[in-house]
Parts: sequence; C-alpha cells; structure tokens
Amino acid sequence: MAATDATTGIIGSDAFRLHADDEQAMRQEVHHFEQPRAACIEALKIVQRRHGWVPDGAIPAIARVLGVGPGDVEAVATFYSLIFRQPVGRHVILVCDSSSCFLSGFAELKQALVTQLGIDYGQTTGDDRFTLLPVCCLGACDGAPALMIDDDTYGPVTPGDLPGLLEEYP
Amino acid sequence: MTTTINSQRDSIRYRSRLLQPEKERSAGTHPLTWRLRDDGAAVWLDEYLRKDGYQSVRKALGQGDPRAIIATLKEANVRGRGGAGFSAGLKWSLTLQGGDMPRGYLICNADEMEPGTFKDRLLMEQQPHLLIEGMILGAYANNARFGYIFLRGEYLESARVLNRALQEARDAGWLGPDIDGSGFDFDIVVHSGAGRYICGEETALINSLEGKRANPRAKPPFPGQSGAWGKPSVVNNVETLCNVPAVILHGADWYQGLSGDRTDDGGSKLYGVSGPVHRPGLWELPMGTTGQEILDLAGGLRDGHTLKAWLPGGASTGFLLPEHLELPLDFDTVGKEGSRLGTGLLTVVPDSQSMVALMGNLEAFFARESCGWCTPCRDGLPWTVKLLQALEQGKGEPGDIELLDKLAADCGPGLTFCAHAPGAAMPLQTALKHFRHEFEQGISRSRGPAHQDAIPLGSV
Repeated sequence: MAATDATTGIIGSDAFRLHADDEQAMRQEVHHFEQPRAACIEALKIVQRRHGWVPDGAIPAIARVLGVGPGDVEAVATFYSLIFRQPVGRHVILVCDSSSCFLSGFAELKQALVTQLGIDYGQTTGDDRFTLLPVCCLGACDGAPALMIDDDTYGPVTPGDLPGLLEEYP
Repeated sequence: MTTTINSQRDSIRYRSRLLQPEKERSAGTHPLTWRLRDDGAAVWLDEYLRKDGYQSVRKALGQGDPRAIIATLKEANVRGRGGAGFSAGLKWSLTLQGGDMPRGYLICNADEMEPGTFKDRLLMEQQPHLLIEGMILGAYANNARFGYIFLRGEYLESARVLNRALQEARDAGWLGPDIDGSGFDFDIVVHSGAGRYICGEETALINSLEGKRANPRAKPPFPGQSGAWGKPSVVNNVETLCNVPAVILHGADWYQGLSGDRTDDGGSKLYGVSGPVHRPGLWELPMGTTGQEILDLAGGLRDGHTLKAWLPGGASTGFLLPEHLELPLDFDTVGKEGSRLGTGLLTVVPDSQSMVALMGNLEAFFARESCGWCTPCRDGLPWTVKLLQALEQGKGEPGDIELLDKLAADCGPGLTFCAHAPGAAMPLQTALKHFRHEFEQGISRSRGPAHQDAIPLGSV
C-alpha cells in the first residue's frame, strides 16, 4: 500500500532502497549532459533493468540522485511507453501494430497471441510470465508482421511460429 | 532438441538487410551502401578504413574551413532525409556560431519510428562509422562541442554496434581531442530513448534529451539559435548525415550527377517497400527513381493482388494512386501531388484492403502517440478514431464525413506546435479525397447509439 512519508511528504516511498550499483550507474550517466536531470530516462531504465518495472519508491530515490523534484521524475516516468509504472511479467511482448504490419497479417498474429496467452494489451499472464503491449512501428517493415520479446526482434512471425517461440521464454 | 528450437527462433529473428548484392554497388554510384557486406555483418573500423573511411574528415579538417563544408552541401542540394526535405546546407548556415557564442551540439535523430520506415536501422547496424564520420563533419561545420545519437529504445542492436564503433573511433583518434591533428575536438554518446513517436520531432527530441516529457517547443527560436540547454543545436536524420562524407570527398557536381536528369534533388536515396509485395526490402537508388521502378524491384504485389493506393514515405504522408507510380520520387514532385516524399519507403495497399479500416489503424497510431500538448491533436485524433471505427462497423451517422473533414482541417499546418497533427491529417484528407465512397458506405440511414460508446483507443 502507498504510504506517506512524514518527513518528505512523498507518497508511496514504501521500503524502496536504491541499489548502490544503480546509484553509481546513474551518477556516471549524469556526466554525459550539461544538467543532471537529462539522465532521468536512463535512471528509470536502470531501475527497471533490476526490478522489471519502476516501483513507486524509486521515483523520489531517483529525484534525490538527480537533484530534481519527484514530480519531474514521475512526469517523465508516466510519459514514456517503455517505462513501466506497474509490475510486468518476466518477459514483455511488444507487438507492432503500425501500418505495414497491419497490412501484413498483424490481426491474425495478435489474435493468436491473445488466444495462446489468454490476455490482452496491458495484461500479464497469471503465472507472471508474459505481459502483452502494443508498440509503434518497430522499423522491421520488410519483416512484417513483427514483434519484440524482451531484447529480441522477430519478423515475419506467423501464428504457427508462436508456440515454439514463446517456449524460449520460460 | 535445443538446437532445433534455437534454429527455429533464429530463423525468424529480424535482420536488417539491403537487397542489392555487393557486386552491384560501387563508391561512385552507391555512396550510402557500397561498403556494406553481403553477409550483413557490421563494417568495423579496419575494414572501413580500407574502404576510404574517414577520408572526408581528413580532407575537411585539413583544409580548415568549416564554412566550405556548408557551401558544398548547399551547392549539392542535400535535402533532409528524415522526411521534411529541408536543405541541410541551409540549416547548417543558420546555426549561430562565432564571437562569444558558446559551442553547441550536433544531434543525430535516430528515433526511427515513422510507420513503414526501416532505413536508418540498416545504416546504424551495418555501417556505424559512416554516421560517425558524417557527425564529425557536421560538428566541425557547426562548431559543435559534443554530439548525441538520439536512438529509439527498441534499437538495441544499433546501440550495441554504435557504442562499439564509437570506442573504436575514439581509440584511433577520430573522436576526442585534436582529431587527426587538426586541433578540433569532438565526441559522441548514444542516448537511448524509452518509446514515443513524438521524440522524432526535433524540438520534442531536445526536450527528451534534457530529461523532460517530449512535448514540442515553440519555434522560433529554432534549435540552431537555441536548442539543447539553450545552446545552438543542429538536429539531422541518420541518412542525411550519412550523405555528407561522400559529398565532401567527391564534391557537389558528382553528388548532383548521381540523380542525373531525374530531379534537381541531388544524390542517392535509400528507398524501400513494405506491405503485401513479393520482396519487401531496401535499395539505394538515384534520387528521383519512380515508384514503379521501386515496386518492380520488390517483385510487385503478391497473392494476386493489384495496387489500390500507396504511401510514398510513411504514415504521415498522403495516399497516392497507381497512376502516380510513374512520377520521380523527389521532394517537390511528390509535394505537388498533395503528398510528401517523407522517408521514401513505400507502403503498398492492396485492392482488397478497406481504406476505412486502414485509416482507423493509422489514426489510432497518431492518437496514441500524440503528446497531448495541443488540443486539435490531443482531442481531435481520438474523436477521429471513434468516427472511423463507427464507419467501419457501418454505424456512421449523417454528417460524420464532414466532421472528419473538419477534424483533419483543424489539425492542419500552423494550428499546432509541431508536425504531428498535420502528419495525421494528410493521409486522412487524401483517403477522403480519393476513396470518399468507401467512407460514405459506412453511414447507416438513421442516427444510432454508436457515438455514445466509449472511445475505443487501443483496440485496433
């Protein structure tokens, strides 16, 4: 449950401790820019790499490292589609739903994913294995329809490819 | 067993590729791609240097006249390959520099997210040093002290290749202090994004780079006057920057000659095709190549389809018809037909495709990717999607098409901070112009309850 910290007034800073390595990585990243705030997106990604998502308590923690207000960090965290402010599954599937994929079998592929996983966009399977999300054009249009699972891009993918492919992500 | 599964997984792994073999490409005719290998592996520094790599930097920095670079670019008429087609030389000539002006930034827009576009990925994954070489020239011409490659978050392979190439360039003295003994210093880092199409808009990109939400900024001031952290900043697309080294090495006349008498736009272009064709792919061709020539390279439509319409360069360009296939694909010619060249990668629409359904897909994309800064875009696009989905289901009401006309007009140029809304309007307006009868068929005779449903965003 979100709680309010009596000293900072920050909501939701429940039992989150920034890993020392992550704080170090953020402080490294700051050197690339004129102002520390610019490292905000990378800082969120650093937290997400460790936890799979960005827990509430990470927001004020990042804000402290970068010397900005937690509102500034939250504004960024909630804007960008690849920053997850809710828990996701162990593997995130990004399905390209842009025009070239739409014209090349996206609907069948998406339906097959929904059927096989039993979830729709924004949902996570009951065993916390997969989260399904749409993504804008993956730049793999000569391999449409395309999708990403974690760091891997696939295309063209047919519904028949899915059982074997998903098996690779336990 | 594991081997079998792995090979299946690898067999559908996406790999960027050019559909022209090495023997068909040469330095004189294919400046963007002649160094690429048939095996698709990245061209690393040793091989790049063997293939005349960094010679343009040696030449330009040796001559010591940054203004000469800009003059040559202008003379060659290098136009921005990110889609807008603005003269790269003119843009660079407007960057504030000299006197007490601080040195600024050279930013490469590598946020390739325009639906139907897959060209910059190839250049970054297989030939990272050409981009770095172009950026060094850009930095020298614009007196930039530091460079960023603003890369979309999903391009992980591009990030790996670029970071390795940047380190190679640093170790060999092509980046860092006193580049090639010239006294000029410059370095580059890769900034990896976290999604959102709007980051490709240059002022939104700068906000994103500064660690803010990617809302666009008012112009003026233009980035060349006041960009990242208030410093003069130049934002160029990957392919644009990759054009620069050969122009500097071989000159403006040579560059103009690449496109011959096809067009006044100089050089070559990465053209491509996606959609239901036999061989979707990418080719480096003279600027001004026709749609028909490109479609022929792609082997024409598959599954017995015929061509209904096509987008010349991404989702934000206007629909063209089969009769437009004979036109040279350059910025001005396509502009005169009520569309834009955009990224020059064709999206093919087959005869069996409902234009209403396709527009529903396109506008759902623009609605989702709107940053929410301007009202016509934030509110008008979801409304547009709702109307299109009602028409697709045959539940449209009288007046809906006129309403679509108005919503699109309200998104027109000059009514919003950036080009996102005009980009959403152009395909809709051209679809309504060329295929209006299909939209009319979606109107039921009487007014019904369809428009009281919740806006169905995301359920494409």
